[in-house]
Amino acid sequence: MSLATRPRPVVDVWSRPFWEACREHKLILQRCRATGQCFFPPAPVSPFTGKPAWDWVTASGQGELWSFVVFHQSYFEGMKDEMPYPVAMVKLDEGPYLLTNLAGIDAADATIGMRLAVGFPGGPDGFVLPQFGPAEQAS
Amino acid sequence: MSIHTPIAAPALNAPWPLRDKIAFAGIGTTAYGNFPDTDSYGLGCEALNGALDDAGLKPSDIDGLIVNRIPSYERFAEIMGIDPQYCLMTEAPGRFASVSLALAAQAIATGAAKHVALVYGNNGRSVRMQYGGGDSQWAPWGMTSPGAIHAMMWRRHMHQFGTTHADLGAVSTAFRHHACLNPDAVMHGRPMTTADHAEARPICEPLKLLDYCLINDGAVAWIVTSAERARDLKRPPVLLSGYTRQDAFHYGSSPADDFWYGNLSACRSVYDRAGIGRDDLSGLGIYDNFSPTVLFSLEGLGFCAQGEGGEFVKDGTLQLGRGRWPTNTSGGHLSDSYMQGWGIIAECVRQLRHDCDARQIPDAQALQYICATNIAQSLILRRAA
Repeated sequence: MSLATRPRPVVDVWSRPFWEACREHKLILQRCRATGQCFFPPAPVSPFTGKPAWDWVTASGQGELWSFVVFHQSYFEGMKDEMPYPVAMVKLDEGPYLLTNLAGIDAADATIGMRLAVGFPGGPDGFVLPQFGPAEQAS
Repeated sequence: MSIHTPIAAPALNAPWPLRDKIAFAGIGTTAYGNFPDTDSYGLGCEALNGALDDAGLKPSDIDGLIVNRIPSYERFAEIMGIDPQYCLMTEAPGRFASVSLALAAQAIATGAAKHVALVYGNNGRSVRMQYGGGDSQWAPWGMTSPGAIHAMMWRRHMHQFGTTHADLGAVSTAFRHHACLNPDAVMHGRPMTTADHAEARPICEPLKLLDYCLINDGAVAWIVTSAERARDLKRPPVLLSGYTRQDAFHYGSSPADDFWYGNLSACRSVYDRAGIGRDDLSGLGIYDNFSPTVLFSLEGLGFCAQGEGGEFVKDGTLQLGRGRWPTNTSGGHLSDSYMQGWGIIAECVRQLRHDCDARQIPDAQALQYICATNIAQSLILRRAA
């Protein structure tokens, strides 16, 4: 598993719960108490109100492919052996976007708008990264 | 769908107080290329000396200094022997070229400074600058680099509106044509066809090599002052007629899901501010770090409807001698040099002075500059009567 050499996440006081939840194979998001809308990346306040009134909620892990790219240029030494590699922009059903990887599908077979579901491939030292593959039919 | 409501372009019913009040008095540029024997200070000094000679000014006349991509304004001022009363270093991204100009204009308008030197110096090529990598929010998934952000938006644009990679060929080849008319352009003498564009190697698909700007060493300096003072200087002043800016920071640090259409559209008020309509323009300068931004810019500022950028440019619209909208006549970032907007604005000034020889837009009277980013901006410059 090439996760061994990938760049590690920048974990700060706001994103730590997100990464800890990934280890339990859960995708969590902050949800604004006033508006009920979710947001990402993790932040001290809701962007809808500017106030620190939010809760962590477990996301459905479902979304649709908004767009994707395929890297042929190497920017990370630890990802050289994965090139060319895809990066997907997924619009979660809860609203926010995630930049992630496609798993279980070739970029050549990906189509914008397709339904995707989260998975949690693991690497060494408990490093778990959410990635997205085709959602089950009728899920 | 953005998390915030779309931005409506403000309608102005009173003239903008800065209309035609600020002028470019001097322009200086270095050669662009690979210059490992100097650095951004050396390049910046050369460009500023060029601008001072152009304006007929001495370093001691400069009382405002803005540097960009030069590591220290203190060291730069010390090197040039400038003791300003207004001094600033602006952020590295290219969107700060026109932000820097606006700050200088505001300083002059308020009396904070009389002659502001703005100096951009970059030795990105000789230090092997890579615009990507490093630690970031999205690095664990390998997402990085401005090119990838544009590639992500462009694939979505193609899906949403039916544009194609071939549409970008019209942009890249027009600018290369201009570089071939410009003896100072890095890509002078290296013509490009749409087939070359289509067959270039992929960098971050769907974008290929010829959709990317060049990374070069070089520097650009502008000297700006009041329109009144500029009339007493050496060269015919070029006036800043209007300036608009609208920021939008609501994409979760990811590519903009609206191609910056909302904040670019708000910049259409530049016409009201300048008192110059689109039909009065002779050409354009568009920030082209990647070819799709040119189409985003044209759509956002209303040259065509959203999604119709590909159709708009396909018959040589942007090419000098062929189309209505000669754009980036120096070759732009794609084929002249990536001076992060500074060189494109310098080219607009030179066009309006009618200094451009083979690449001159006939009788150019007014030009518009557009920068599509999360800090969207537009300027209208005109030749003083």
